Amino acid sequence: MKLGYFPGCTLKTNAKHFEDSAMQVMELLGQPLEEMENWICCGTVFSMTTDDLMLQLASIRNLLRAENQGYDELVTLCSMCYNTLKRAKEFILNDEENLRKVNDFMYREEAKFKGTTDVVHLLSILKDRITFDEIKNKVTKPLTDLKIGAYYGCLLVRPKELAIDDFEDPTIMEELVDTLGGEGVVFPYRLECCGAYQTVTEKDVTVKRTYEIINSARNAGCEALITSCPLCAFNLDQRQKETSEEFLEFSTMPVFYFTELMAIALGLKWNKDWKKLHYINPVPLLKEKGLI
Amino acid sequence: MSLKITREKIKNSLVDKIEEISGQNVFDCYQCGICSSGCPVTDYMDYSPNQVMRLLQLGSVDEILNSKTIWICSTCLQCSTRCPKGIEVAQVMEALRTINLRQREGTLKPEDIKSKELKDLPPIALVSAFRKLTG
Repeated sequence: MKLGYFPGCTLKTNAKHFEDSAMQVMELLGQPLEEMENWICCGTVFSMTTDDLMLQLASIRNLLRAENQGYDELVTLCSMCYNTLKRAKEFILNDEENLRKVNDFMYREEAKFKGTTDVVHLLSILKDRITFDEIKNKVTKPLTDLKIGAYYGCLLVRPKELAIDDFEDPTIMEELVDTLGGEGVVFPYRLECCGAYQTVTEKDVTVKRTYEIINSARNAGCEALITSCPLCAFNLDQRQKETSEEFLEFSTMPVFYFTELMAIALGLKWNKDWKKLHYINPVPLLKEKGLI
Repeated sequence: MSLKITREKIKNSLVDKIEEISGQNVFDCYQCGICSSGCPVTDYMDYSPNQVMRLLQLGSVDEILNSKTIWICSTCLQCSTRCPKGIEVAQVMEALRTINLRQREGTLKPEDIKSKELKDLPPIALVSAFRKLTG
């Protein structure tokens, strides 16, 4: 089965290290990701209005192109792409009238949208297709003594119909950390919103959220966080700058994409360029644990 | 806060519009408050999510359309997930924003974003903010 890869807007820029590490990891696991052609931004957020189909067109155009390129499954790394593409697909397919209207807009495409390509998040591929047992066999540098909090945020688990795991008590990312030889730590705020796009207009909101989420993780014993959402990563990592300025007792914590830690555990070389994309320098922690 | 309730106010056609855009029946709400208890950003709101639902039931749409609440909502969907009546509260919030946005009244003014901020913000933050907060 062919796995198509949908990057989305931020995986080529601020989250380049997410893409790089994921590509290398999947290559090593024998399921390389093939970037689909002619993709466009999915829109990043699903529009929940029932009466405006224009806001669904970007997602549907991507799915239609993936279908035409012969992909049975379209893999996303970004939680927001996953959510937006998948919800748009279900919203349009569940209503014949919507499907007809949307297809009227697709006159420049080679075929009509049918909805045959599944949208899947990389974490599901790792767990269900490759399996964590298989990954465990390939670990050469276990994340020994590293306590990692998995920050799910919102869009991997809500709405519950498309949650990649239990929507109130997911374990998939903690299981992955354990598979890599680390310790997956459950902390109270792992499903609590980081403030998302409020970071543009209401920075204070995201600063306070970052303060609460990182403290929640620290109090549970975490030494670092992992995430799969570039917007969460921006808020939880970069906004630690403002958080440190506002809350003087705050102590910082590195934030990784889960694939970065997979790359290390699977024996791939830590790429020095990845460090530049982190605000909180993760190198001291990785060195302390003997991982780089 | 005092509210004058009239028959005309309760039969407000804007409430019908909000129900149409959101696909939700606001009269399903029985005020248990679980939406507000799960909401991570109530600190910054002027009306909590369950108060928004109650005010809509009473036809007080203007208060809500001018509230800070609808713009602070970050669409995290916690309220929708937990509502025991299955109301998609986040979709009601989206409908309220949409009514403002269709009159081009959003809260994000692109010219107000400082160039330093613009350099730091990732595309995913800008695209999502533009989609949710501009008309």
